[in-house]
Amino acid sequence: MAALEEAFASPAGPYIAIFMMVIATYFTRASGVVFMSRVQVRPWIERALHALPGSIIVATILPIAAQSGLAAFVGIAAAVAAMVATRLEIVAIAAGLGCVAAVRALGF
Amino acid sequence: MKTLTARSPFTLTGALIGARLTLPLFPGIIVFATAFGAAASQKGLDVWQTMALSAFVFAGASQMVALEVWRDSWTVASAFGLMMLTLTINARMILMGAAIQPWMAGTPKTTSAATLFLLTDANWLIAMRHRAEGGNDLAVLAGSGATLWVVWVIATLPGYLAGAFVSNPQAFGLDLVMPIFFAAMLAPLWRGAGPAVPWAVAGIVALAAQQLFEGYVFIIAGALAGAITGALRRGRA
Repeated sequence: MAALEEAFASPAGPYIAIFMMVIATYFTRASGVVFMSRVQVRPWIERALHALPGSIIVATILPIAAQSGLAAFVGIAAAVAAMVATRLEIVAIAAGLGCVAAVRALGF
Repeated sequence: MKTLTARSPFTLTGALIGARLTLPLFPGIIVFATAFGAAASQKGLDVWQTMALSAFVFAGASQMVALEVWRDSWTVASAFGLMMLTLTINARMILMGAAIQPWMAGTPKTTSAATLFLLTDANWLIAMRHRAEGGNDLAVLAGSGATLWVVWVIATLPGYLAGAFVSNPQAFGLDLVMPIFFAAMLAPLWRGAGPAVPWAVAGIVALAAQQLFEGYVFIIAGALAGAITGALRRGRA
């Protein structure tokens, strides 16, 4: 176990972590094809997985915004508004970053 | 309905059709990959780690969230935490794989394995549409996935370099690229207030978990709370 901890703490550590992400991601890509030939997808599983993408986004950005303060909230609101209005990612990011920069320049 | 016993074709023509169908997605993919590259340099990843994430994980949302939990020094526990986080975020692809499973029956294992590596939300949609319109060529899925992979990997680099050369990133809000991009991704997912109820639950649980626990447990706690809420919304999926 100590050797394992040493490996993770070494310069190779980040690459081991990336490799673990690769394994986890490939598992999700392949398992539907490999296992689902035998298992039936229950409706509740389907509903849970459909709710997941939006839930992940909100669960990630709200605490970050709460930690980062007013500028983050203004930037996020601007990005959502710009995306709703234009449906263009680049406009949304520009609006978000612009508002963060503006709020910070004003000293908040 | 195609017969399940017949092996699906896998042709160059199909791959080229798939590649062409990704063209309208280029602007969005390029912006996303560039934003990821910029955020990665902000978080202190080196260029090889950043490119390895784009090339081998090739799943934007999980790459973005990984940056939030990225650290200089890793432990067994933190790496397994990252792995669980990745599983949670990419779990939706299990369902996508299940949907194409009948299509892949009979396809050689190496072809299936390689095609599945290229599976993403975008080319899954392209391939499902192709199949709904009567197509059967599995190379549409692989060709669109390969095209997206090339664009995704290439566009990561300029983002990383741009992020690394800005001397005062905070003034431009670059430290918040990730949450801002994520927030923008919410708009296309919006299907009315009802389906957004799980999102609200996810947000509240995440904020509470942030107060209660160290680290990034809040992402998993919030995401699972949202998924459970979704599962309980019987008949309203």
